[in-house]
Formats: sequence, C-alpha cells, structure tokens
Amino acid sequence: MSIATLRTSYLAASLASVSRSMLKQQVPIKSQYAATNSPPPPEGFMPGVANSKFIRNTHHEALRNPELAGVANGETKKMNTFQAINDAMSIALATDDTACVFGEDVAFGGVFRCTMGLAEMFGRDRVFNTPLSEQGIAGFGIGMAAMGSTAIAEIQFADYIFPAFDQLVNEAAKYRYRSGGEFDVGGLCIRTPCGAVGHGGHYHSQSPEAYFAHTPGLKVVIPRSPIQAKGLLLASVRDRNPVIFMEPKILYRAAVEMVPVGDYELPLGKAEILTQGKDLTVVGWGAQLYVLENAIQLAQKKMPGLSVELIDLRSILPWDVETVCNSVNKTGRLLIAHEAPKTQGFAAEIATTVMERCFLRLEAPIQRLCSYDTPFPLIFEKFHVPDMIRCAEGIERAMKF
Amino acid sequence: MFARIPARAVARAIPSRTLAATSVKAFATSAVSKDISATSKKDRIKVNFPGALDSHFSQKLEIRERMEPIDTFRVMDTDGKVLDPSLEPDVTEEFAIKIYKDMLTLNNVDLILYEAQRQGRISFYMTNAGEEAYIGSAAALDPEDEIFGQYREAGTLLYRGFTLDQFMNQCYSNDLDLGKGRQMPVHFGCKALHFQTISSPLATQLPQASGAAYAIKRSGRKNCVMCYFGEGAASEGDFHAALNIAATTSCPVIFFCRNNGFAISTPANEQYKGDGIASRGVGYGMHTIRVDGNDVWAVYKATQEARKIAVEQHKPVLIEAMTYRVGHHSTSDDSSAYRSKKEVEDWKRHDNPIVRMRKWLENKGWWDETKESSHKSFARSQVLKSFAAAEKRKKPPVSEMFNDVYDKLTPNLIEQKKELEELIKKYPDHYDTSNYAPEK
Repeated sequence: MSIATLRTSYLAASLASVSRSMLKQQVPIKSQYAATNSPPPPEGFMPGVANSKFIRNTHHEALRNPELAGVANGETKKMNTFQAINDAMSIALATDDTACVFGEDVAFGGVFRCTMGLAEMFGRDRVFNTPLSEQGIAGFGIGMAAMGSTAIAEIQFADYIFPAFDQLVNEAAKYRYRSGGEFDVGGLCIRTPCGAVGHGGHYHSQSPEAYFAHTPGLKVVIPRSPIQAKGLLLASVRDRNPVIFMEPKILYRAAVEMVPVGDYELPLGKAEILTQGKDLTVVGWGAQLYVLENAIQLAQKKMPGLSVELIDLRSILPWDVETVCNSVNKTGRLLIAHEAPKTQGFAAEIATTVMERCFLRLEAPIQRLCSYDTPFPLIFEKFHVPDMIRCAEGIERAMKF
Repeated sequence: MFARIPARAVARAIPSRTLAATSVKAFATSAVSKDISATSKKDRIKVNFPGALDSHFSQKLEIRERMEPIDTFRVMDTDGKVLDPSLEPDVTEEFAIKIYKDMLTLNNVDLILYEAQRQGRISFYMTNAGEEAYIGSAAALDPEDEIFGQYREAGTLLYRGFTLDQFMNQCYSNDLDLGKGRQMPVHFGCKALHFQTISSPLATQLPQASGAAYAIKRSGRKNCVMCYFGEGAASEGDFHAALNIAATTSCPVIFFCRNNGFAISTPANEQYKGDGIASRGVGYGMHTIRVDGNDVWAVYKATQEARKIAVEQHKPVLIEAMTYRVGHHSTSDDSSAYRSKKEVEDWKRHDNPIVRMRKWLENKGWWDETKESSHKSFARSQVLKSFAAAEKRKKPPVSEMFNDVYDKLTPNLIEQKKELEELIKKYPDHYDTSNYAPEK
C-alpha cells in the first residue's frame, strides 16, 4: 500500500475557498511560474497517447485485429484502461465461480478505480479488502490457487511488491517444480500498477519487471492499451501458471479505445508487430511504446524514408524470441527501450539473445534506451526516463553506425 | 535436562486414563469439568518447555478468544478538563504554549499546502488533521532521540525546530530542499534534528528503528528511538519482525502507533481483529500503553513513561494512540467515497485535539481569544511567506540526479551524466533547464 495513492487525474478541487482566496491574494501566481514551476501534468511528460496510431478509436479498427477473430461480430464499447481491466475481472468472476479479487482498498473500487462496482456485483466474499500486507496477499493468493481456485490479487503499486518477493519468487514460481507436478498455483494472477507518471518520485514510478523476469516459473505481462489489457489479463488469469500482470498506471485514463465487450483472450508469450519495417527493429512494451512511436516519427523527419519495425513485446517472460529475432534478421539493427534503469534491465536479456542468434546479421551495435541507473528522481523525471529525444538519438546512432 | 524435572512433575504431566477421558469430553463440548478446574493453585505445576516458561499444566482445556481489553489512558476530557487532579500536567506556561502554537502552525501549514496542491502548485500533500495531538509525544522526547517516521508526523519535526522554509523547500522540491528534490512532498528528513528521511513503503522503518535503538544502546548514549506508524502498517510483516527483534534484543525503542481508524479506505475493523494494535505488544512481551491520541497531555505522559522504560531499562515499549483521520488519506484520495461526511464532521466537532488543548490552556488562564487570533494570523503570514519564497526558487541542479546513488559516482553514472549533459546542450529547447539551478 502506498503513502500516496496517486491517481492519474487530479480530483476536482474541493477545499473551502477561504484558504484559496488567501493564497490568491497574497501569493499571486506569476504566469512564468505557472508555466515552469507547477507540477507536471497528470499524464506526465509523455506526449499524448490519444493521437497514437496504435490506439483503436473505432469499432472497425478495433476488430480488424486477427487476434480478436473470436469477438469479430460482437459489440465494442469505449473504455479507458482501468475500465477495460475492470471489465476483464468482471468476466473472470462471472465465468469462474472460484475466482476472487482481493487486495488493499479493493472493495471500494481501488485507488485506481480498477475494481469499481465488482464488490457490489459479485459480493464481498469474492471481492474484498485485505489487511495491509503484500506478502500476506501473495501468500493468500498462492494458497487459494493451490486449492484449485482462481486468485486475482492486487498489489497497490509495483513499488510495494517487494515484501511479496519471497512468496512470488520462492513459492509461486517453484510450486509446480518442487512438487514434481503434484501441485501448482496456475490460478494465481497478481495485478500491479507500474511505471512513471510525472510526479511519483521514488516509490510510485518503478518498473520492476526485470526482477521477476529472472525467475523461472513466473510469467510477466505488460499491456499497452485497453484492448490489450483486457485480453491479456483474461489470458493471465486463466493461464495455468502464476502471472504478474503489470499495468502502466499512466495509461489507466490516458489510453481510451473501443474495446470488445465479449470474452476474449490475447496470447501470452507472443509479441505483436505494430508497424512493419525493413531498416531497424524497435522493441518496447507498455507506455514506452508511445514514446517510441514519437521517436520514430522524429527520426523519420531527419531521415526520410527510414523504415522501422516496431514490436510490442507484451510478455516479458516468457518473451517472444522468434518474432524479435526474425525481425532483426530482416533489419540488421535493434533498439530496445524501457523505463527501468539500464543496468540489468530486461533490454540486456533481449540484446544478448539477439547477439547470440543474429550476430552475423547485425549491422550496428544494439541500442539500449533506458532510464539512468539512479533511483527514480521526482524533480528530474523528464531527464531520467528514455524520452522521445533520447530514443530518436538512439535510432540515429543505430542507423548511422 | 529431564533429570532436573521433579518426579512429581513428570507424574502429573502424564495424563491418567480418567483425565484423558475428561479431555475428550472437553473437546466435544467445550465444557470443563468442575472438579478439575478446582485444583488448587499451589498444586499447579509449571511446564518445563523452553518455549513458554511461565505456563502451568492444566486439565482445563482452555480455548481463549480474547484477553481483557486494554484501557485507554486519558488526562483531559473533550472539554480540556483534567479528570484526575493528580494527573494535572506539571509543565510551564512556556512549554504548554509552545506545544499548542506548534499544533496551530501545523494546521496552517496543512491548510495552505493542501490548497496549493489543489491549485497545481505542488504535486502532492498529506495533512495531519485530527491527529495533531501526537506533538505531545515529540515534546516528551529528548531532542537527540532518533525519530523514524511514517509520513504523517510533520509536527514532530516542527516541534524540533524544522523551519517553515525547510518544509516549503521540500514540498517545492527546490534547490534548498535537504532531499535535493528527489522525493515526493512530505518526505522530510533532517540529520541535525535526528529525524530519518521518510520513505513511502509502509512499516519498513520499524525493524530499522529496532536496529538503530540497539546501536544507541551499545554506544552508551542515554537516548532512545521513537518510531511512528499507523494501524494499517501494523499488518505488514515488518511490524511483527520489529517488535519481536526489539523485545528479544532489548532495544530502547518506542513504537508509536497512530491508530486513526483508516488505511486509505480500509477501516480498522477490516484491518485487524482483536484488541487493537496494543494487544500485539503484550503478545511480544513488551510494555504496552493505550492512550487517547486526541489528548495531548495523555500522549505526553504516556511517551514520558515509555521513554523512561526504554532509556533506563533498555526495553521496547508500544504505545497505541487512538485517534481519527479527519483529512483525506492524501491529496490523491477522496474519502467521501468510503465514509460519510457527517462522520468526519462529528469527529471534528466533538473531539478535536486542538480545541481540547486550547480549552485546557484557557482554563489555566494562559490563553485567550486575542492570543488565538494573533497567533493564527502570525502563523498564517509566516507560512505564506515561506511558501512564496520556496515557490520562487529554482529546482536543484540537474546533475543532482546522479549524486548520492553511491558515495562517489560510479563509471556507469559518470558516463550517463556526460550523455545527459551532451543531450541538454544539443537540445536546449526540449531539455529546458531554466527552472533548475545552475551547475556548481
């Protein structure tokens, strides 16, 4: 649980106007300060997700995806990411009587509103608050899953998942293996918000996927949009292995799509090629994809005709080696970007595998664009994360080598 | 080891057939046979198990669900009247007024910074509203007692002399912030005032407080550690680890639980069962006090006594201060989603720690309406002055991002710092550093 419970949008101002007028009279906001001194906007420093070509704004666009063939004739509804996640959990609860949703502050709807209405719809014995203990939540979920039930547990911020590290890494991940297949905790799915948001500082911004990616037995999934979040979450809940589902919190409200209302799953362990290209392969996941989209556009302005293949990895563990290596074999160049610090970030694993498998095809050093190797620094966030400029520079370096 | 057990004990320890039969009956019915429970006390035999040396053997199957609830110590009623004359605080006027003024000032800081966040001028804030009486605990400490806080204890820093400028500089993440702008607002810390820097993860400070107390004990200093946390944090494993390790290694530490009824939205009755957090202290074999957390003098007295035990006997003490979080959890929270506004208003009206202290002072003849309004407007003007000054300052130099990760920059950081410098030089419009202080 967090000290802050940041939301991606500020609540409407509500305090009595006494102190407000007092502030206005005595400390007038100078326009220059309003522009440069005010805190970062709720959507952080990321250019608008809304204009992304990867956001499916219409019913038709949403259903053009061959992975959604199963719901191709169904309805779609406008949802942001937290609504799509809510919808996925609602379907998981409706289709599986053993399924429960629990975590800190989950009953009233969750601090990011992902569980809104679920307690009312499915009852407080299936959607409930837990005491404030991440290790307790993870262990409890493992126990439920060991009995064959489905446990959808929320850790309020990925930054607070570490008390549960022992339960996840030593227990959930090894449950099947250590028992010779006698037992498993396939019904366990841990949801947790991750990533930068513009004002989260050390403990409301981290992207700890690499810690878990170092653990055989776990699966790690990070969606980029509402459609993806719903399908990947349903697959994660139903997958017969413990899955850590990391939700980029900046996208809860910022990303809005026409989402199929039906029950559908998207494949785990499978990357998605967002744009085909022949000169350079770019790999990212989650919110970083929108930064990369802008970086590619920027680079293309400098290098007209540049053809980039952008891949959303989606699953960090197991990851889709085949799709990435096939792409690099075609392009000969690779750039990987993520928000977690560079040293031992997951880009290192991708780069090594590609080096092993595509060595003779590489025409430039693999570029890693990551946050700097410091804790996440509040006031320096825009300098810390691999933003559009840094990623565009990386593209240029790869191309001009 | 067995050789030392008296023969009688061994004989008693082995249940006879009759007793075994009775036990089975007890299991079945939860009833207890009268003649067995009537065994006179002097005949009772102490166990010899290493794990519970004070226990006696008994033929009464006891299934205990609860202990006697621990009372809540109170000095004043809600009208600031001292309930037992022998508890009248033995303090000077100056001391009492310092506490009260700090409560008022804290309240002002809260009002202004909360509103500043609402206007988008700072990114985040957490108020202390309803819990200001914890300042009484700060007043009972020695200034060199080390504090490990959670996040809603800014008043202890204020009491120790953290200046309004320092509060504002931190909340504005400017170049004078001791934390160099790296953490969210309210993550204060100050070595000179023996206040360890706040971190957001909950309960992590508790075992650290035990370790710090152990180090202080070994150094021979006549000090203790004060560790604040909430009843929500007491559900974390770290809480249990901390109490157990402090008790077993005899640490001079006070664990001060602000039980304000809510962990964000989760009410205390969904957080734990049993007699509050205080009952845990007894379970860990610690001295334990429950106190009315809205009563400054009760909090002061409880902390004073706890400190004596910690410093003189080198033992940990748990204080559970019962209070109510009047404000939202933080500026990111709207508590009307999970509790009624009326409930909050009732608490504000009927049991307000600031009002209770004010009435006590007025009964003493040490305070009146003139002093009240004059201090309020003085505090407000001071807070606003600091606020305005902090807002005008630049953020720390960008290079501060790389410092303090280690004691010295490591090769990877040197390289990354250079990379950023070049980027800033190349793209001055994109990386606008005009709001950051120049590099030294």
